[in-house]
Amino acid sequence: MLTQPTPSIPLILRGGRVLDPSSGLDETADVVIEAGRIRAVGRDAGAAFSSNENVRVVDVQGSWVCPGFVDLHVHLREPGEEYKEDIASGLSAAAAGGFVAVCPMPNTHPINDNRAITEMIVTRAQELGGTRLLPFGAVTKGQKGAELTEMADLREAGAIGVSDDGLCVMNAAVMRHAMEYARTFDLLVSQHCEDHHLTKGAQMHEGARSTRLGLRGWPRAAEDIIVARDLILAELTGARYHVAHISSLGAVRLIREAKSRGLRVSAEVTPHHLLFTDEALLNYDTYCKVNPPLREAEDREALLEALADGTIDCIATDHAPHSDLEKDCEFETAAVGINGLETAIASLLQLVRDEVIKPLRFVEALSAAPGRLIPDFEGGSLREGRRADVTVIDPDLRWILTEEALRSKSHNTPLLGRELTGRPSMTVVGGAVAYELERS
Amino acid sequence: METFAHRHLLDIEGLTRSEVERILDTAKAFFEVSRRPVRKVPTLRGKTVINLFYESSTRTRTSFELAGKRLSADVINMNISASSVSKGETLQDTCRTLAAMHPDVVVIRHWAAGAPNYVASRIDCSVINAGDGMHAHPTQALLDAFTIRRHRGTLENLVVTICGDVAHSRVARSNANLLKLFGCEVRVVGPRTLLPAAVDSLGVRVYDRLDEALEGADVVMVLRIQSERLEGALLPSLREYARTFGIGAKAMALAKPDAIVMHPGPMNRGVEIESEVADSDRSVVLSQVESGVAVRMALLYLLAGEATESPAIGEVG
Repeated sequence: MLTQPTPSIPLILRGGRVLDPSSGLDETADVVIEAGRIRAVGRDAGAAFSSNENVRVVDVQGSWVCPGFVDLHVHLREPGEEYKEDIASGLSAAAAGGFVAVCPMPNTHPINDNRAITEMIVTRAQELGGTRLLPFGAVTKGQKGAELTEMADLREAGAIGVSDDGLCVMNAAVMRHAMEYARTFDLLVSQHCEDHHLTKGAQMHEGARSTRLGLRGWPRAAEDIIVARDLILAELTGARYHVAHISSLGAVRLIREAKSRGLRVSAEVTPHHLLFTDEALLNYDTYCKVNPPLREAEDREALLEALADGTIDCIATDHAPHSDLEKDCEFETAAVGINGLETAIASLLQLVRDEVIKPLRFVEALSAAPGRLIPDFEGGSLREGRRADVTVIDPDLRWILTEEALRSKSHNTPLLGRELTGRPSMTVVGGAVAYELERS
Repeated sequence: METFAHRHLLDIEGLTRSEVERILDTAKAFFEVSRRPVRKVPTLRGKTVINLFYESSTRTRTSFELAGKRLSADVINMNISASSVSKGETLQDTCRTLAAMHPDVVVIRHWAAGAPNYVASRIDCSVINAGDGMHAHPTQALLDAFTIRRHRGTLENLVVTICGDVAHSRVARSNANLLKLFGCEVRVVGPRTLLPAAVDSLGVRVYDRLDEALEGADVVMVLRIQSERLEGALLPSLREYARTFGIGAKAMALAKPDAIVMHPGPMNRGVEIESEVADSDRSVVLSQVESGVAVRMALLYLLAGEATESPAIGEVG
């Protein structure tokens, strides 16, 4: 296996607000990185190293220094749809978005349902360096919902979990066996919870607004039914089960109940479900067409509350790049998905400023919490000796989101053209600087 | 004369009551043109109207074509069948192509909700929605309003019962929106499988029983039942639909004695409406067709005769 080059020069991040949920730390301190590891954290911890000439000191006063962010749900489109994104552009966007690791879903062409594809994308990412790529393999061959993939192979090749992504595993017996089999190899089983029988032709959340717009609805029930069924199967099998991009208040209730009984279940939520409702669709804005759909205010409130109290473990972007051709068209023809890697932090910081989410919990939901769901993950903490995965955020930087500002090949986001406040300014992966914001 | 405050007609939402009245009053002036020996006025001479139809439609397209021709506009019909869509010209490219032809009005019928909004944002001309997906059919609602006013003398405070497949009906949505402007009590009735989600949000009263829904009605609007609704477990049979929600003479006896029956066409006789009603003197189906030409003439005149830069009807937010 290829390894990342580990710089030998120590890096000192001096005077930032250090937020480390793994130790509850929230104070002004230096973070010293050496030989790919966190060497020291503390007030003036950098002083002892600064006398050394061969050291890089970065003044990060006013910025937040956090354990590196991890995105459990992205689409990098390679192999097969490189016109939307590829591994190089996707990982570059991830680094600029503050992510030290991303987990691409297997819905590539061909589908990542075997060792060869997993090895290909993992190797490609290692050649590129920077943000790590920790892929999901498919649950079933061809994401067809019938035969299990060779999960031992997938795991050995580098897969951290399995998911059939947008194609929910509809057959309960297949899902049961997938959970049992995945448990054998300690793979996380992530499910896109959608009863496809209930969502034929669906374009948006089912409710007053879908009726007003004349678009076919995607009822909450289609999500809740699968979450309920899968929680029962998770209890039966003991699998580590994960609800991808949770969107309905009913699903939140079900997860909360399951966790109260100690089940090993988890959930992620996207920035767009935390920030928008189906009201954003009233002018048929295809940039807001996404699956699961943007729902109503009461769902959004439930998601925010559940993220704050830990019922929802983590934030994942579901970064879904699409070209103009796939979005500049009839709403019903438009592809589903929002480009999210480079806007997640900037857009979500509003929730911190509004005191909906506390800073430490915000950082945890992006770092330690997703890290815990990945087998043998070494990042997610700024404790001494841990791998030096670090994200630095300038929380006050104002910038305008333009197409040119994005490293992603696509720019399908409803935030395009908006002024945002806050932005990742440095991303350190295993001690190496993978991204650094150029200040004008 | 005061200019009309909208450039497009995309939806009933966004129209005020007085704007609706203005359209209906203008239509009244044009209604008489279609009954003259020479059924043509020079109002839109030199103007170009393109009928862009992505769904097959005989009566709406013909009605717009006649309306344009009777106003002396040059009318071009573009029928884009499903097959040529699958060959791949995007709506974006179609808009560019049309824009290069410099039309004054594009009349669009499309299977996708919101497609007229898309076209309106990309071609520098007036756009009239001639029906988009399950979203809206504003000219149908206006011609229905014209017909009601013609036969009942007023639009105000009537009881209007809409029967059948409300879930898939752009006609029902637009009619409900328009009738509410005039204080009408709008009722909907049909099997729950054919009512939309959050149906109350349309501002209508929902009935499960036809007899209760028809009691005291001034207007009965019958919607077309598509046989494809039998797929997807929405209806067990057309027979049972006809037996429970079909409008026959017995059902009409519950409405007011002078109640009228409307249908946007084409009718499925023996399914949603019985011939004894469709052909009775309470039926205003053919009057709807005649009104349609007048209302569309009025709209073409108001939009193309006096183009403005004002916001579109039905543009939200």
